[in-house]
Amino acid sequence: MENFFSRYKNPLVLMAVLFIQVIALATQVKRAANPKAPSAAEAPLIRVWAVTVTAPVERAFVSTGHFFRNTWHNYIDLHNVRKQNLELQDELARLKLEQTRLKEDAWQAQRLQKLLDFKQHYVGDVLPAQVIGTSGSEHSRLIYIDRGSHAGLRPDMAVITPDGIVGKVKDVTAFSSSVLMINDRESGAGVILEKSRRQGVLRGTAAGELNLSDIMSDENIEAGERVVTSGGDRIYPKGLAVGTVSNVAPDREDRSFLDIKIKPAVDLNRLEEVLVVTSAEQVPFPVTEPAPQRAADILAERLPSVPKSDAKTGANAGKPVPAANTAPTAGAPKKPEAAGSGPVAPGQKKPAAEQKPVAEQKPVAEQKPVAEQKPVAEQKQETRPPGEQKKGVAPASAPAVKAGTAGQVAGAANQGPTGNSAVAKPKPAATPPAAGNVQPAVSPAAQKPRSAAAPPVVEGAQPTPTPVSQKPKPAAQTKKPAAQPSPGPATVPQPTEAAKPESAPPAATPTVRPPQ
Amino acid sequence: MNAMVSLTSREEVDVHHFSWPVSLGIPALAIFIQIYLTQKIHFLQIFDMPLLVTIFFAVARRRPIPGMITGALIGTGQDVFTHLPIGLYGIANTIIGYLASSLGVKLDVDNPGSRFLMTFGFFLVHHLTYMIIVLGLVGASQPWEWGHTLVRALANAFLSVVLFAGLDKFKQRM
Repeated sequence: MENFFSRYKNPLVLMAVLFIQVIALATQVKRAANPKAPSAAEAPLIRVWAVTVTAPVERAFVSTGHFFRNTWHNYIDLHNVRKQNLELQDELARLKLEQTRLKEDAWQAQRLQKLLDFKQHYVGDVLPAQVIGTSGSEHSRLIYIDRGSHAGLRPDMAVITPDGIVGKVKDVTAFSSSVLMINDRESGAGVILEKSRRQGVLRGTAAGELNLSDIMSDENIEAGERVVTSGGDRIYPKGLAVGTVSNVAPDREDRSFLDIKIKPAVDLNRLEEVLVVTSAEQVPFPVTEPAPQRAADILAERLPSVPKSDAKTGANAGKPVPAANTAPTAGAPKKPEAAGSGPVAPGQKKPAAEQKPVAEQKPVAEQKPVAEQKPVAEQKQETRPPGEQKKGVAPASAPAVKAGTAGQVAGAANQGPTGNSAVAKPKPAATPPAAGNVQPAVSPAAQKPRSAAAPPVVEGAQPTPTPVSQKPKPAAQTKKPAAQPSPGPATVPQPTEAAKPESAPPAATPTVRPPQ
Repeated sequence: MNAMVSLTSREEVDVHHFSWPVSLGIPALAIFIQIYLTQKIHFLQIFDMPLLVTIFFAVARRRPIPGMITGALIGTGQDVFTHLPIGLYGIANTIIGYLASSLGVKLDVDNPGSRFLMTFGFFLVHHLTYMIIVLGLVGASQPWEWGHTLVRALANAFLSVVLFAGLDKFKQRM
């Protein structure tokens, strides 16, 4: 080593001196740290050199450290990763479930909020229920709800949603109930077209569609028209949305009638929460009728056969009653102008004795007694093949074109699941005619007295004495009621005892549906 | 007083020594002339008196270390009076001092012809070194001007012949 220094003494000294001077020079010279960016701040050259020399080394050290660290953590130190992975997967699954549940809760909250809003605006008493099942068959459009008799449910209670009607309670157990939906072919409801004010019977079909029947083909019904409940069936409160007219075509079986398809307002296939109308004492849901004018008033005004004067009241008291005046306007209110007509419900029309018969109409007295007549069902069966007859339509109401619609409604709505309607079976019993055909909204309590002297008091109706002459006519006594009025919640306009007998059965009306 | 300041050890060839006043005064005088007279007489800027003094002392002493130290000191002194970073001339003169002292050992540098050529060559090397440092380290922009550099090299070579002959009177044999 000594030899080396002694041998290269001069060059080494030269290098040392030069090195010292270069260092001294570098401390003074300032140059940009990045030559490609001259605008950058300048730094002493020795610092630039130092950084330039040390940065790669540091980068190499750091990179090497990262390499070993990453290698250790990512490939070697993994003894807890599997366990942690399983835990994270469990947590992820739990969070997914929770997210799904929260989303479902949010949707349910929106639906319940909608129900609550509807319930708050609904004047009547409703009970929320959860749909817990269906019949599982396309032939039985039935759903099950989680409310039963313990909650106060009874058969024939209306089941609705804020969007419209769903069906009616069919069978009730302690903690659940079955609901027959309106699109079942055995179901029916009294409805009214919101614009044209025509009443009809809403029936389900085997395909789960809704048909509006008993509308004459000369009626101007347009697609898109809204359909609401008429309230005449004593099941569904008046004014609830039913759906909209989706298609209007002539009835293939009877060209004089229309075959009207109704698109339900409620998606009957996606029901989750419903409301059961446990009490419809108040008029609900003002939404469906924009104007306060009642459908019955409009309908009554359109009927030309209804006289305004009561001059013939006394003369007609003992005469046969033209049934056409009673049946079609069962839901149409007529002011109780005649004395002795008794308290008339808002949806009730004048007694038949006070009404003028339709032109060329035969009086009931000239006709065969109803008891002697063949039931309407039999009449239709004589003229029409059984297979062509409308399914599920109450035969007794079929002839009543514009009349008897409300009566049909009650019969249809109250008929059992078998679809058998008792309307067509005349019985000489002294029971009022088909309850629905005349005045369907008869409460059980009001039916029992059967006395004109004790007419039921109806809201809004002035109690007037009922004359004895307006007691039930024999013609009206010949038919058995279409069905026993359900003791359900129907407290819609109640008929008076005096009005009931005068409502001749539709079969006697001259506006009988012409046989095919 | 016979005390002589020897900056070198003994050499096989004639090694000259210079007294301290000469060793300090002549370089200082050269720097002074370079920085003072050139302001008065711009023509003198063509000469590089500190470089010539460096070459003279390095060659006369014939020892690299004293030669490079002489060059470093003279060059640093020259840098002090410029606005440029200190070390530009110092590095260049250090290299020239080393080369000149190394060359003085092997050649007869007392001949005027050899002095002319030696000074001419060292001037070019000095300029080249200086330009490399300026352009490479400092990053300043400096034109090469090789024609002017050659003229200056010739002028300094001529001056060195005269100057070295005058400075030879300050030599002292060991």
